[in-house]
Amino acid sequence: MDLRYTATEQAFREEARAWLAAHVPRDPLPSPDTAEGFAAHRLWEQRLAEARWSAVTWPAQYGGRGATLVEWLIFEEEYYRAGAPVRINANGLHLLAPTLLEHGTPEQKARFLPPMAKGEEVWAQAWSEPEAGSDLAALRCRAVRDGDHYVLSGQKTWSTRAAFADWCFGLFRTGSLGERHRGLTFLLVSLRSPGVRVRPIRQLDGRAGFAEIFFDEVKVPVSQRVGEEGEGWKVAMATAGFERGLLLRSPARFQERARRLVELWRRRRDQLARDPHLEDAVVQAWLDAEAYCLATYHTACRLDRGGVIGPEASTNKIFWSELDLLLCDAALRILGPAAEFPAGKEVLAKEADSGRWLEEFLFAQAGPIYAGTNEIQRNIIAERLLGLPR
Amino acid sequence: MDFTFSEDECLLRDAAREFFATEMTADRLRRIWEEGGGCDDRLWSALAELGLPGILVPEEQGGLGLDEAGAVRVVEEAGYVALPESPLHAAWLAPFLLPTLGEEGRARWLPRLLSGEARIAVGIPGDLAVEDADRAHLVLLSEGDALFALTAGSFRCEPRTSFDPGRRAFAVTPSIDPVCIGAEGARIAAELLDRAAVLAAAYELGLARRILDLAVEHARQRCQFGRPVGSFQAVKHLLADVAVRLQFARPVVYRAAWVVAREAPRRALAVSHARLAAGQAARLAARNGLQVFGAMGYTWECDLQLYLKRVWSLAGRCGDEALHRRRVRQALLVGDTVPGAGDTFAEN
Repeated sequence: MDLRYTATEQAFREEARAWLAAHVPRDPLPSPDTAEGFAAHRLWEQRLAEARWSAVTWPAQYGGRGATLVEWLIFEEEYYRAGAPVRINANGLHLLAPTLLEHGTPEQKARFLPPMAKGEEVWAQAWSEPEAGSDLAALRCRAVRDGDHYVLSGQKTWSTRAAFADWCFGLFRTGSLGERHRGLTFLLVSLRSPGVRVRPIRQLDGRAGFAEIFFDEVKVPVSQRVGEEGEGWKVAMATAGFERGLLLRSPARFQERARRLVELWRRRRDQLARDPHLEDAVVQAWLDAEAYCLATYHTACRLDRGGVIGPEASTNKIFWSELDLLLCDAALRILGPAAEFPAGKEVLAKEADSGRWLEEFLFAQAGPIYAGTNEIQRNIIAERLLGLPR
Repeated sequence: MDFTFSEDECLLRDAAREFFATEMTADRLRRIWEEGGGCDDRLWSALAELGLPGILVPEEQGGLGLDEAGAVRVVEEAGYVALPESPLHAAWLAPFLLPTLGEEGRARWLPRLLSGEARIAVGIPGDLAVEDADRAHLVLLSEGDALFALTAGSFRCEPRTSFDPGRRAFAVTPSIDPVCIGAEGARIAAELLDRAAVLAAAYELGLARRILDLAVEHARQRCQFGRPVGSFQAVKHLLADVAVRLQFARPVVYRAAWVVAREAPRRALAVSHARLAAGQAARLAARNGLQVFGAMGYTWECDLQLYLKRVWSLAGRCGDEALHRRRVRQALLVGDTVPGAGDTFAEN
């Protein structure tokens, strides 16, 4: 054990910091859940890619730097410290790409990874269906083989980024419904294909962050299948492992939020007299953010040395989603009666940050639900990590 | 950055685990309870043979030469079997305190500590009692800004009855002057407390894992409504919650062990975080584990109580929750800057 950064890691940090300081837009970009904002974020992805910062852990041939996971964590720390824009292609970069690198053919990697790195093709995920949420193995959106194509018909829902994305990846039923997870196939589908209709869904926060996707006789070349027909569940679980386990939410995101929370608390210590419990909430949230960082480094170091990620990954998703609730909850409690009025629009708000906390609070409510509800994660922990009966 | 354990450290952990599993069974613990708790001389010698007292002592002085980060999982394994704590105090804390006795004192005690001939007990700042003080050849007692080195005849020893029958606790009153006092004594006390807190935290990780394992085993065997109770989600989720807390306490404790082994920044914060996180995990394990056992868990007959009681008796020692919370608040709310992304390992 040596908890010091190597000279190489330190240099990597310096390089990332310097580049971000010179390139991060001074004013925040418009929300990526609008057409204008999405375009602005796509341009930002291109700038990142030009400097090879968009997918640091990938091999150089696809646009990455071959960085270790620890270096990825370092990059993320610098990224969040710099207040850089939301990554609109996280679904592709963090969820699909590890799957393609592991299960994709050389042709698929060459075709899909470089445009993903450059933000030329932004990816949405297509897992859930109206009748298959937590019970994902019940999904029924059909893919029927017809020569060198599959023909898709059915519906996906809660598809993050689908409103403006170019492609989606997900599971489709090639076998019978009764086969459950054995009759599924992993496909990559262009959202520009004839027969695809995307209907944005307005979220709790008023924006179209996710969408429904309807497939009406959509032709998908067999070359866009990842893994074998009927093996989609296995391929997808590799993706889900990454999603739950490591890449979806880097600790830096919560550590910066925890820093802002403590700073907010320091400015508003006058609230202590009104609520002595507040200070404990602030401290606990900061500690949990720190613990999440330590656990992630611990895992990253193990994986960098050839370890594999297992069912313990499910603990991550529970921990960070509950941590996010703690952070945002504490912030709103500090803001008190001013919390409901976003700054900038309302003179009532005393804190310039209050609108941001509100947005974060709302999005934090979704954390224990998306990417597999926390109840499903607890089942996975109980059955696969602890060995309790199904 | 290497936040993993070396192959040697893993082998040592495995050896300790195997030794503890055969030596410190639930039956053995119950016999210890009947004999008044603590560590008897036979166990003390067996642990010395294993090399436990020298785990943190440099190889050139006859020890195993690990630092706290390398040895932390041995303590975890000790917690897993609720090993009597006095040999851990001797191994984890005495090598740090002995140099304060001067070269002569160190030369006198260190070899006998390593061989198992001398039993050294340690009085941890803030604790009300010293474990196994009556059996010790040397009691190193930290009280306020004073450090005492006490041998037979230089202290009075009064038994204190803990509700945890595995504990053999004594209030110690020195009848001689301290070996160290004032600023230097306060510095030693502060560092001793940090080391003791990490020791307690690592031990709590082991206790939590033991309780979780026992509860899982029970939930797999015990049937109600025609199926194992562990197949019910309400039971699964109680135990999954323990697994989550434990999973995220472990690296916090490992980092604190690394920090106390060297001059690293924000030491109080790292140490107190470890103790709070491990304590939370252990208390949640105790609560939910007992719940899963149902009425059986509330009996004297059930072995669960051997580990529950240690969780509860340890909670207030080695710095209680109030002390560690205060230290964390101090570090976070008063310092010049607030640590955020990128600061966790900075300046190490």
